[in-house]
Amino acid sequence: MADFLIGLGLPGWLAWSIAALVAAVLLHNVIAGGALVFIWAERKIAARIQDRLGPTRTGGRFGWLQSLADGIKLLAKEDLMPEGADGLLFRLAPYVSFCASFCAFIALPFAFDVVGQRLNVGVFFVVAVLGLEVFGVILAGYASASKWSLFGAMREAAQVVSYEVPLGMCVVVPVMLAGTMDLVTIAEKQSGWMSNWYLFHDPFTFVIFWVYVTCAVASVNRAPFDLAEAESELVAGFHTEYSGLRWSFFFMAEYGSMFLVSALAAVLFLGGWNGPVPVAQLVGLSEGTGDSAAYFVRLLGLANLIGKATFGVLLMMWVRWTLPRLRIDQVMTTCLKYCTPIAAVMFAGAMFWQLFLPGGLLPGWSRPAGEIREGWLEGPGGLPATSAPAVRSAGVAAAEPSDSSGLATRSPR
Amino acid sequence: MMNLSVAASILPPGLPLPVNFGMIPLFAANPFTEPVGVIHYLIVGAVLFTAGIACMTLKRNALGILMGIELVLNGANINFVAFSSSYLRAEGAPTLGLDGQVVALFVILLAAAEAAVALAITLNFYNNHATVDVDRADDLKG
Amino acid sequence: MTGMLDMDISSMTHVIVPALATTALPALPMAGINWHSVLFLLFAGLACGFAVGVVAADNVVRMALYLVFSLGATAGLFFLAGAEFLGAMQLMIYVGGTLVLLVFGVMLTAQAPFVSIKPSSSDRTLAAVAGASLLALLLTAAFSVDAWMAPGAGVVPAPTATPLGMALVGVRVDTPPSGSPSGGHVGYMLPFEIVSVHLLVVLVGAAYLARAKRRRTPRAIDAVASAMPVEPTVVATAAVTAPGRTTGGAKSALVGGGR
Repeated sequence: MADFLIGLGLPGWLAWSIAALVAAVLLHNVIAGGALVFIWAERKIAARIQDRLGPTRTGGRFGWLQSLADGIKLLAKEDLMPEGADGLLFRLAPYVSFCASFCAFIALPFAFDVVGQRLNVGVFFVVAVLGLEVFGVILAGYASASKWSLFGAMREAAQVVSYEVPLGMCVVVPVMLAGTMDLVTIAEKQSGWMSNWYLFHDPFTFVIFWVYVTCAVASVNRAPFDLAEAESELVAGFHTEYSGLRWSFFFMAEYGSMFLVSALAAVLFLGGWNGPVPVAQLVGLSEGTGDSAAYFVRLLGLANLIGKATFGVLLMMWVRWTLPRLRIDQVMTTCLKYCTPIAAVMFAGAMFWQLFLPGGLLPGWSRPAGEIREGWLEGPGGLPATSAPAVRSAGVAAAEPSDSSGLATRSPR
Repeated sequence: MMNLSVAASILPPGLPLPVNFGMIPLFAANPFTEPVGVIHYLIVGAVLFTAGIACMTLKRNALGILMGIELVLNGANINFVAFSSSYLRAEGAPTLGLDGQVVALFVILLAAAEAAVALAITLNFYNNHATVDVDRADDLKG
Repeated sequence: MTGMLDMDISSMTHVIVPALATTALPALPMAGINWHSVLFLLFAGLACGFAVGVVAADNVVRMALYLVFSLGATAGLFFLAGAEFLGAMQLMIYVGGTLVLLVFGVMLTAQAPFVSIKPSSSDRTLAAVAGASLLALLLTAAFSVDAWMAPGAGVVPAPTATPLGMALVGVRVDTPPSGSPSGGHVGYMLPFEIVSVHLLVVLVGAAYLARAKRRRTPRAIDAVASAMPVEPTVVATAAVTAPGRTTGGAKSALVGGGR
């Protein structure tokens, strides 16, 4: 698009800026528009689970305009600030939360090459930036000058710091299988039939996926881990004192994070933009077939990934309206006594599986994961999608120096 | 590696003139068009380091002192990264390569450990003395 | 539509963070603005400004906030220098872990009298003079080497995550920097193991230090709290003080009813 604008006679910097702005606005709409849809979906799902109808009137059938009406109501609300509050921090906190949630989308791939910024350390970037969201909550809790808010913030801080440990361990397993931290490459390695997904790679990854789901729900503060807002004991937790648009920023951050961790789960474990059946490949379409075919393939991938992420969000809603809230000591027990040890054992198990059974139990049924396609093997010229040769079979690559690949390696001391 | 030895060699025999005429074109040039070099990172590192030292000496809150330490460590990290980056070094100049980044990584890890212990000590002190003012931690004064 | 979307986003890479692009930077028109330099100025200004803010602020919570922003901007500087893994680690461990811990500590101790402990003005003056002279010394040293003054060559480095990981298990796969003594190639297996054990020791030690002790005598903080009138507007007192008085119910809400 930048080239197109330059062709129209615009100066280059303006063209680049417009192109960047368009992409940023598109990403922004994923959060804002997604929040609208998900809030409506949450209302309907909650209602169905509780044997109610939910919104039915606004906007005709199914109440599908309900969240838009809510949004307008929030816009019109008065922006209140408690008397003893720390003004600067109180006003800043929602934006910190929202920015953290939004920034993580930069590195999230939506389909092959449809990614804001392809990072070599994409996985860590997303997890790290997502972890910054907690600062907004802590600031809100402190600055609100309310006991309920402060308790919510303290709980959130303790919970998020604890759950980053097992979450990191879960995330490392697909990284180990793929041999890279690049999200695009990780998803690309799971292309083909459903059996290539890392979820079905071996029993350990299957277990660790569910550990990831638990930790992800906890790290985005959804029930049954929503101790930070716990409306039955803390009024509304960290956002007790917020109203109007600032409050809705917290809400958008929450739904943005939910979508983000679901999309991350899709990329890491569920094949990313690769569908359960490789439709495009069966039909004979591929990136090389032609421009329009490539666009179609990417559209399909986009639909796949968004579908999987939406499924993840719906799963979280289902869990929220089904399970009761845990106590804070139960939350900590779940993290430190169950999730962390299970994740550690599964990590070791996946490592040994990859070492001894790299081809899987049934050779030929699923292909070995992770032919090494690394930046440092191919030079900085980018990672071609499918054309890179398999330099050596994976898994052991990270554990032993390779002489066959002709790299200049040296043993440690 | 070479740069570090150069840095060491300039210190002992008396400092050079405070005004180095090489720095004038740096500020005269348009900062938006000039490529960034090592010196820019060194300036940022120096500012962070100084702010950290000032914070450590000035603050009476134990946690404020801890924050000063974090700033100092980050100032040092910036220098390590700058010297290891081939993007910032001039054409053909030697870099620290990967070693600089490894050292910076260790610094980050040790800073995390240090913060955990310091925080535990601070909380203990707070429980026993009902204050975080380090000026009042004078029980052992003879 | 999808095609345009895809083109936008992939071309955006060069605008957002040029140093991260895996290919060489395109020569941008428009008077040759170097976006890398612009972004550097942005992040450097944020890092320095908030670092000074940490020193200047008296409120400990604001100090923590400024520190978060300063270190976050430092992570941006790492990204710009091509150290992607280090930047992500800085965000994850430093900003996401260490500083959350620090803020947690601030919350626990942010009683009304301790939120801002002001240093005396003579101390301030002394610190300003000492800081300025230290800064002058450092800058003089930095400007004294001509090789450091040269603008960067702009060689986009290869991704460093994998070579870093290999170096930590003792195998070097990166090309040695030219002119480094002894080839510059040593593995980091032993330091890595030492740091791992160190972290474990620290974990145990911190847990031991901060554990809830069974006391025969009441804590000093409880004595102070019971002597101090609890104002309803001061929030920060709620966290730790006066478990038996006004905030008794809330305290048990914090630690959970199951203890």
